[in-house]
Amino acid sequence: MKEQNYIKMEFPSKSSNEAFARAAAAAFAAQLDPTMEELGDIKTAVSEAVTNAIVHAYPDEIGRVSMRLRILEGQVLEISVKDWGCGIEDVEKAMQPLYTTGGEDRSGMGFTIIGSFMDKLSVRSRPGKGTTVVMRRRICPRIGKR
Amino acid sequence: MSLHPCDAVTFFCVVNELNINTSFSAGRLTIYLSGELDQHEAQQTSTCIAELLDEYLPRDCVLDLSALSFMDSSGIAVIVKANRHIRTIGGRLWVENPARQALRVIDAAGLDRMIPVESGRVGGYP
Repeated sequence: MKEQNYIKMEFPSKSSNEAFARAAAAAFAAQLDPTMEELGDIKTAVSEAVTNAIVHAYPDEIGRVSMRLRILEGQVLEISVKDWGCGIEDVEKAMQPLYTTGGEDRSGMGFTIIGSFMDKLSVRSRPGKGTTVVMRRRICPRIGKR
Repeated sequence: MSLHPCDAVTFFCVVNELNINTSFSAGRLTIYLSGELDQHEAQQTSTCIAELLDEYLPRDCVLDLSALSFMDSSGIAVIVKANRHIRTIGGRLWVENPARQALRVIDAAGLDRMIPVESGRVGGYP
């Protein structure tokens, strides 16, 4: 799919950056003229992916988190969140509802929520190397606008 | 401000970008969450709710999410934790009036299978 626009950003894995990351994603996605519901879904998915990187990738240190957003042809928004942290031992297990290694402060529903809010979700990870989460969501063109 | 239980008392505190207001009347504690609830706010919010529950020892606790502009799965964990806490003191908890984005997260997580969620009207146990 042909890329029409993109942004890239990198920030330390501090929880105070979660709100900034989802606001930045929403601001970039706004050029696709999403509905409030679509915008809410995008912000939620970004928040989940960035939180995973902050909480699970770097449990005992501050590391790097990179986020890239691309607009692809056909009104498709692609969001990639990458870290260079501890990685996931078993990706399939990690994506199961209620599975968490974060104790009672985590619900274990992060990937489930991303999966239900986005059209596509892929997770690639290697222990000790890091994790990349790639999500895609098509923004429906509004009638009479395009 | 004092947290001693009495009728129609209101308590207010701010946890960074999340505001917590409460009202207490006739054994019912209503906790109003407004702002954005994510992992950054979750732990402090859980602690604040637990302290309120221990202070008021309510029979019923309502989490009013009508002014919560954003919530992710960290908010689900906060609600589940609050429910677990109130059960230990013999009370019951439900969620009321979640804003649209929060309701979508609640639906996606299946929270309403564990905790009553009243999304259409104010007052009354669902």
